[in-house]
Amino acid sequence: MGQTISEKIISNHVGKEVYAGELVISKVDGCMASDTTGPLTIKAFREMGGKKVFNPEKCALIIDHAAPSPNERIANLHKMMRDFAKEQGMRLFEIGEGICHQVMVENQYVKPGDIFIGADSHTPTYGALNAFACGVGSTDLAATMMTGKIWLKVPQTIQINCSGKLQDGVTAKDLILFLVGKVTVSGATYQAIEFTGEAFESLSLASRMTIANMSSEMGAKTGIVHPKGLALDYDFESITPDTDANYVKTFNFDVSDLEPQVSAPESPDNVHNISNYEGTKINYAFIGTCCNGRLEDLDVAAEILKGKKIHPDVRMVIAPASQSVLLDAISNGTMSTLIEAGASLITSGCGPCVGTHQGVPADGEVVISAANRNFRGRMGNPNSNIYLGAPSTVAASALEGQITNPKKYLL
Amino acid sequence: MAVQTNIRAKAHVYGDHIDTDRIIPGKYTKTLDLSTLANHVLEDLDPKFNKEVKPGDILVAGINFGCGSSREQAPLALKQSGVSVVIAKDFARIFFRNAINIGLPVLEIADHSIQKNALLDIDLKTGIVKDLTANITYTATKLPDIMIDILAEGGLVNYLTKNGTYTL
Repeated sequence: MGQTISEKIISNHVGKEVYAGELVISKVDGCMASDTTGPLTIKAFREMGGKKVFNPEKCALIIDHAAPSPNERIANLHKMMRDFAKEQGMRLFEIGEGICHQVMVENQYVKPGDIFIGADSHTPTYGALNAFACGVGSTDLAATMMTGKIWLKVPQTIQINCSGKLQDGVTAKDLILFLVGKVTVSGATYQAIEFTGEAFESLSLASRMTIANMSSEMGAKTGIVHPKGLALDYDFESITPDTDANYVKTFNFDVSDLEPQVSAPESPDNVHNISNYEGTKINYAFIGTCCNGRLEDLDVAAEILKGKKIHPDVRMVIAPASQSVLLDAISNGTMSTLIEAGASLITSGCGPCVGTHQGVPADGEVVISAANRNFRGRMGNPNSNIYLGAPSTVAASALEGQITNPKKYLL
Repeated sequence: MAVQTNIRAKAHVYGDHIDTDRIIPGKYTKTLDLSTLANHVLEDLDPKFNKEVKPGDILVAGINFGCGSSREQAPLALKQSGVSVVIAKDFARIFFRNAINIGLPVLEIADHSIQKNALLDIDLKTGIVKDLTANITYTATKLPDIMIDILAEGGLVNYLTKNGTYTL
């Protein structure tokens, strides 16, 4: 019987052929926790009798959600993480090194064919690498750190097949917003997604990460982009589905006419063509996050803002996904362009997306954000409204002070 | 420490897609102090909940309860506030695992029509939920065996302290 990508990867890890619905205890290749989930992970690890993490080379802690520490309480939690990493001989990624998912990929903690467990809901991002990656909470992660294992129900798979090529000025973010709108925020709960078809084949690794990242906005356990066209700095063996693999559902879309997309408050699946929202006044524009803080995202914003100034009633915040992204954006001139246009650069990390610090909106304000979530209160104020769009849309909107279709600046 | 398996208490009822930011906003999650979490539980959804909830009360919701973040602080905040069990039409997967892992029972009842302030009688062993106010009896979806074992120990910490590793 044919297998999906998820069934193949899990089978390779449990030493027998398994299929959707089976309960397995699988070994894992790596795991990580952030400063939101790490302190509770460490507490649970100790409480369950953990002495040594299963492999210090493959376990990591990342300080990204509230970095640098905004108060003494969080400073002490960060210290707890540093002390634990030192004791265990495992790497701790410091403030400013970057967002967990970005640094895990850049530092090759996760590779094609791996099973990777992260204490962060956007862990499916590594599906861009043809890996099976799941988000869990702190106690689950503590158990994985201690045992090197996780229990899983082998998921059913939804196939999303997109034919056609995206138009110039339309990006991977527009494509995944469109798909979240179609599948809905609970449309893939407990299931895996396979993204396949021509529209994904020409995408960069960064764009594939944007796609896989928002699998969690459909409730999916994991989301894997078909490896056709995937280019990495190292040799790898890709895992492809069998032609007779069993899918619980298949969606087919021709995306060659897709327009830029916007997700309106207050759910990521409230997605429509940008024309529905053009002219909506904005106060605050944000580019960053595990979804859209990579070099290509900053570059497209710089292309739109080069030699111009953002609207006087708008403030703009940029949080590069990692230090490496920041250095590249300095080298190629993108960072100067953005700052000269009026943007404010903050520490690489999750920044205002998690509503802890570094740019909380005021009552009644409207935000256009390149992030992946617009739940009420997400950015720290339940009395503000968040629209989600591509980095190009955020930049064009910052320029005009209202939600703006970026295509006219890119064609 | 086994969890209490027979519960009779009042239902606090909310709607669909209650995300983890609404259960406990991100700005409060960076703490190991559970009382801080309980003080802010559901505050953007229902600021009165924290004052009205009594130990043992039951939280009832629609579809996709707990969607969004992986924060275990969400079920911890509910448990610490006194909630004894969460019933929903279905759950987001990370919240579902987290709740079981910290010993907060969760029951999936796809077709429930439980109303605000209903008095419920729950047998966690059988998954039978009696709505004594509306006089309707429901049977919750059976949990995977490993989840039943984890819950029986009061959570994953106790399960692994006892067993050392996972067993099927």
